[in-house]
Amino acid sequence: MEKRYIKDRLRRSMMFVPGNNPGMISDARIYGADSIMFDLEDSVAYTEKDTARFLVHNALRTLDFGKKEIVVRINDLGSGLGIEDLEAIIPAGVHVVRLPKTDSAQDVIDCEKEIARIEAAHGIPVGATGMMAAIESANGVLSAPQIARASDRLIGIALGAEDYVTDLKTTRADGIELLFARSMILNAARAAGIAALDTVYSDVNNEEGFLAEVELIRKLGFDGKSVINPRQIQPLHRALMPSEKDLKKAYAVMEAYEDAVRRGSGVVSLNGKMIDKPVVVRAQRLIALAETDSRIEEE
Amino acid sequence: MQLIKPAVAGTMESGDIMVTIEPRDSGGVTLELSSNVMQQFGRQIEEMIRKTLAELGVEHAAVHAVDKGALDCTVRARVSAAAFRSAESTDYTWKGAK
Repeated sequence: MEKRYIKDRLRRSMMFVPGNNPGMISDARIYGADSIMFDLEDSVAYTEKDTARFLVHNALRTLDFGKKEIVVRINDLGSGLGIEDLEAIIPAGVHVVRLPKTDSAQDVIDCEKEIARIEAAHGIPVGATGMMAAIESANGVLSAPQIARASDRLIGIALGAEDYVTDLKTTRADGIELLFARSMILNAARAAGIAALDTVYSDVNNEEGFLAEVELIRKLGFDGKSVINPRQIQPLHRALMPSEKDLKKAYAVMEAYEDAVRRGSGVVSLNGKMIDKPVVVRAQRLIALAETDSRIEEE
Repeated sequence: MQLIKPAVAGTMESGDIMVTIEPRDSGGVTLELSSNVMQQFGRQIEEMIRKTLAELGVEHAAVHAVDKGALDCTVRARVSAAAFRSAESTDYTWKGAK
């Protein structure tokens, strides 16, 4: 396993794995998720927090997860459980700590302070562990720009929708109820130069609904999404990848661009149409995404 | 580590091991193990249980374990959790990566 987190990498899928389920922990790497997220929070009963910590700690120390990104969702520090979670997982080696219920930049700063203390105590280079913040309340959404810039360790911010819709006094529906939160989180993430990650889709038997939600977040610009069932991973990856048609167009744009650079011309045109700089940037991004995906498939 | 009361950790689900520990005053560690992979891995599981207890400084205990195909790291995790519960201790010493 890589010792240090990678700030910018492919994060289409982040698969939740209950931290107290050894069978699911040992199988986690085979499903093809870009990131595996061991959960010490909501999927673990209050009376089993200790056993889950021992399990995740020992799994991190022992099992080989290849080149997967390993994330652990801790309990929030205010619960009185979060610090012991950090004590257990930081020395064992985790790429990214997911902080739940992030309402303010201070929540991130407080957690980072604890991580730095534990890293130093165990001889781990301070800064080796990444963080991500899950935003799950109206307060958190309104503070998203400050949260996203609260630490250099942040690889991204994520929406946690179930608590959020409860806070808004509504329920999950067709996505309109999350439009403001998703837009805030996405813009805050982009302004800070980090990833924007969407919430889970809980109805695993509704593939049509799942794909409609994925299409929505793809259009908005999200990098990826949390998943709760391995069955959601491949459809999600397929939906987030560029189509062959778009990819061909991107290669044609890049060819025209490179040709113009060679000729020393400031104007790029393709099939008689002028191509602006943002079109080139999008084409570059699309090609990079497709190429990263094919490298991962080969591993 | 001083054990105080009987304690259990783990479940009967596939890939897990349920470990029950009871304090004893003397006689070392007695182990009663059943496993659906006893033939192939019985000895390895027993070694891991004894090694983990020794590392925790548990000298005397009656251990009962029902294994459902747990990996070494799961055996270690469940034995440790049961021992700390038995000792009513939260004075964990988390070790670094291997």
